[in-house]
Amino acid sequence: MHSTLSLSQATTVPRSNYAFDSHSPSFALSKPINLRFCGLRREAFGFSNLTQSCSSRVRISSRGHSKKIVASAGNNGTPLKSFNYDLIIIGAGVGGHGAALHAVEKGLKTAIIEGDVVGGTCVNRGCVPSKALLAVSGRMRELQSEHHMKALGLQVSVAGYDRQGVADHANNLASKIRSNLTNSMKALGVDILTGVGTILGPQKVKYGKVGFPDSIVTAKDIIIATGSVPFVPKGIEVDGKTVITSDHALKLEFVPDWIAIVGSGYIGLEFSDVYTALGSEVTFIEALDQLMPGFDPEIGKLAQRVLINPRKIDYHTGVFATKITPARDRKPVIIELTDAKTKEPKDTLEVDAALIATGRAPFTNGLGLENINVVTQRGFVPVDERMRVIDANGNLVPHLYCIGDANGKMMLAHAASAQGISVVEQVTGRDHVLNHLSIPAACFTHPEISMVGLTEPQAREKGEKEGFEVGIAKTSFKANTKALAENEGEGLAKLIYRPDNGEILGVHIFGLHAADLIHEASNAIALGTRIQDIKFAVHAHPTLSEVLDELFKSAKVKAPASSSPVSEPVAV
Amino acid sequence: MASPFLSNTTISFSSSLSSSSLPRLVPSISSSPIRFKSTPRRILTVRSKIREIFMPALSSTMTEGKIVSWIKSEGDVLSKGESVVVVESDKADMDVETFYDGILAAIVVGEGETAPVGAAIGILAETEDEVAEAKAKAASKTGAATPSAPPATPSPAPAPPKPTPAPAAAPVAEGPRKTVATPYAKKLAKQHKVDIESVVGTGPFGRITPEDIEAAAGISPSKTNVGPAVVAEAKPAAPLKATAAAAAPSSLPPPVPGSTVVPFTTMQAAVSKNMVESLSVPTFRVGYPVTTDALDALYEKVKPKGVTMTALLAKATAMALVQHPVVNASCKDGKSFTYNSNINIAVAVAINGGLITPVLQDADKLDLYLLSQKWKELVEKARSKQLQPQEYSTGTFTLSNLGMFGVDRFDAILPPGQGAIMAVGASKPTVVADADGFFSVKNKMLVNVTADHRIIYGADLAAFLRTFSKIVENPESLTL
Repeated sequence: MHSTLSLSQATTVPRSNYAFDSHSPSFALSKPINLRFCGLRREAFGFSNLTQSCSSRVRISSRGHSKKIVASAGNNGTPLKSFNYDLIIIGAGVGGHGAALHAVEKGLKTAIIEGDVVGGTCVNRGCVPSKALLAVSGRMRELQSEHHMKALGLQVSVAGYDRQGVADHANNLASKIRSNLTNSMKALGVDILTGVGTILGPQKVKYGKVGFPDSIVTAKDIIIATGSVPFVPKGIEVDGKTVITSDHALKLEFVPDWIAIVGSGYIGLEFSDVYTALGSEVTFIEALDQLMPGFDPEIGKLAQRVLINPRKIDYHTGVFATKITPARDRKPVIIELTDAKTKEPKDTLEVDAALIATGRAPFTNGLGLENINVVTQRGFVPVDERMRVIDANGNLVPHLYCIGDANGKMMLAHAASAQGISVVEQVTGRDHVLNHLSIPAACFTHPEISMVGLTEPQAREKGEKEGFEVGIAKTSFKANTKALAENEGEGLAKLIYRPDNGEILGVHIFGLHAADLIHEASNAIALGTRIQDIKFAVHAHPTLSEVLDELFKSAKVKAPASSSPVSEPVAV
Repeated sequence: MASPFLSNTTISFSSSLSSSSLPRLVPSISSSPIRFKSTPRRILTVRSKIREIFMPALSSTMTEGKIVSWIKSEGDVLSKGESVVVVESDKADMDVETFYDGILAAIVVGEGETAPVGAAIGILAETEDEVAEAKAKAASKTGAATPSAPPATPSPAPAPPKPTPAPAAAPVAEGPRKTVATPYAKKLAKQHKVDIESVVGTGPFGRITPEDIEAAAGISPSKTNVGPAVVAEAKPAAPLKATAAAAAPSSLPPPVPGSTVVPFTTMQAAVSKNMVESLSVPTFRVGYPVTTDALDALYEKVKPKGVTMTALLAKATAMALVQHPVVNASCKDGKSFTYNSNINIAVAVAINGGLITPVLQDADKLDLYLLSQKWKELVEKARSKQLQPQEYSTGTFTLSNLGMFGVDRFDAILPPGQGAIMAVGASKPTVVADADGFFSVKNKMLVNVTADHRIIYGADLAAFLRTFSKIVENPESLTL
């Protein structure tokens, strides 16, 4: 098998060579990774236009590297001439998928190993099916709001739903996206290897299904993208029926009259939106002193006023759910609450169901990290700012990267994908460090919450430390024509910035379609666009995006606009 | 309007202080303060005053407020119109400003704490000299008047004596146990000032449900059409309980234990509404036997061409209606006849658990074959729930046929907006004696018309039925 694979490798030489050429300017600066890359294909360089000095460097390093490869391949007796793949990704979630697509674009021969279903948590048990449920809850909310309907001049008799129909919608969406993802990778020539991937040593991975012989593959670079699973604290017994995690809740097998949601972060908040729209009453249990920790306090407060207080929701804050017993023997679900500070028993709740939304734990067991001397931290794979894996001694493990939930930097699907793309950029010769402060996040409640960058307290702390002033600008959805036309004027956009140079530090939006609106701000942060420049960009009227237009315009920046953002004025 | 601000416990210190001159705090939104005109009944000349600052009612639903922040601190000099404190209500954070000059002598309710509407949250002294006294006053207030968590609701359930709901469904409580109330029940209890401890829970495991609170507060559960979702679930898949708890008004007898409440679907709700509405129309009924041998023979002949019995009956009815326009009329306002220019025959059809009346428009003008074709389309659309409103709501006369089930006669309820409805029974072989005393067996069908007597009288119906019977007995004209 190895020989056939390396044959096919040979056919990719022109492609790899092209990739190499395109980055030749950075070659001199690049890390040994690229040198070895060249060394293995010395023949190919015969017709490449490398300079003499460059190729001499190649030769030197190639010697060292080929030695290493022989050593590592020595286990199975036959010395390897080349790798099976340029890049192997362990885990076909959104992170792995994003990395694979970009790797193909960069001309890398890529394989992706998946032990479960393609799509990972996001597509199968996370963001995707939950959006289907939230689409239903949004409509139910509108139809149930007599006041809202009346204001629009609409009359609707009782709104009802069919639970199975809703559940099917979520399930169908997941399978559709899953097949889209699979097809997109297959079409591009990414090999999908089925089985659980384990790292055997540097640049070597084994994979295989349970009960079948394992296969061993090698790759120049390996990305770990194994993601995460729902985190269930000790003392909580999940039975999958009355005490559930998001995995079960997304199947919507039953809609309880009263459900306790442990944790009031994104997941808990989104599910409270779904359950209350479908007629359940909700009790939040939050270990911290206030609901929605992690959100900008002002946004959190407004969100609580709109998403919690008027709904059939109550909450217990500053308490741990130390013991949860599923419903059995004709008894309800029993939740024991313990004070988070004094650790004393505080209360007992009796509810119909409990959803554990206390966050997610990395899924890194069985990855074979011990084979390369990497010790996880609370399960997370330690990485540096370039997603390079750090071993127990604090050294970088060469050719090994970890992206997404498994490294715990920012547990968001699109963050994983962005990290994967950043890694591919690095292994193809362009140094790249992802700016995590430019990655937006969204919570798809009704209305939605979105954010990018720092919260106000974070920005103030940073400002104090680095000695700059922090400015705050706010605009209301009540002033936006489109929002008013939709009769959805509830909402706030908040800009945190530096008045001295116009840098955007953070943007937080709570309101209609906030999740779609945030990208103007996140792109500006990613590209380093300053407020004094972006305020001249034109927005179509009337649109919700004018909320951000207003926001940028209301900021008081002392710095003047850059001289000419557009090179050639175009007359019409 | 003043009630939240007025305190019965007037400050004992200055006996000359009239209650109307108590300090008013006015909520102001952003920079445009809205000032309520305070209408002091009589301005008394008072030398020294110590005033309490009360928690204002910032919205109609506000029962308590949380102090977000004190803009002023103790000892600050306040002037009229200045913002003093930011209060968080159930709706928004609002700056609250004072109507009086003075010195903020003491803060009774600190930042982050909660106080019920009308409770003192701070003490305002008019002059420096009174600050000490005001402070002493504040000290006495603290502890007594700072209910930080739930507002003191001294009035236990001012509910009218209602029959305690559902003793039958009383839970099997084992020994003394704590009160369990759902989140919404707690919210309602707070809103309606119901002492939750005094309510008997009727929900699962003896928990107090929103309905229990509504019953205790003596309000009809009118909000239920906004709140609980209608779970139109066919199979009771829920592991705990089959359906959402029914929002049964407490006046109804409690449901038999073990019964299942399935809310109406949209269609069923519409049927229910229409049926109740029909009670306001004075109706009467006239029956008529119709011989159908000729019609049956015709049916056998045209059946291969796709003609249905429904189409035949609709056509016959439409042709009879042409001659009796009053039966095709309706009474909209109780004062006039509304004659319809079209004859649109609505035909009742049972569709999985519901009832709908697709309409054969201009049934008198279309020929039998077109009518049959039209009918097939309508039934198909009805089954797939794709009927457009004009396809089921424009009937001028309704036909309801239960003959296929062997029903020999029945009586239909008049749908709102129409003058008459015809109930058609099965056609059965019947022994008939003719005028000459000869016996024969003929197929007879009983039809029964229900009509609005405000516009259609007995003779009208009788004449219409005679015409209808003639058409059915000589059905050749139907195929023309």
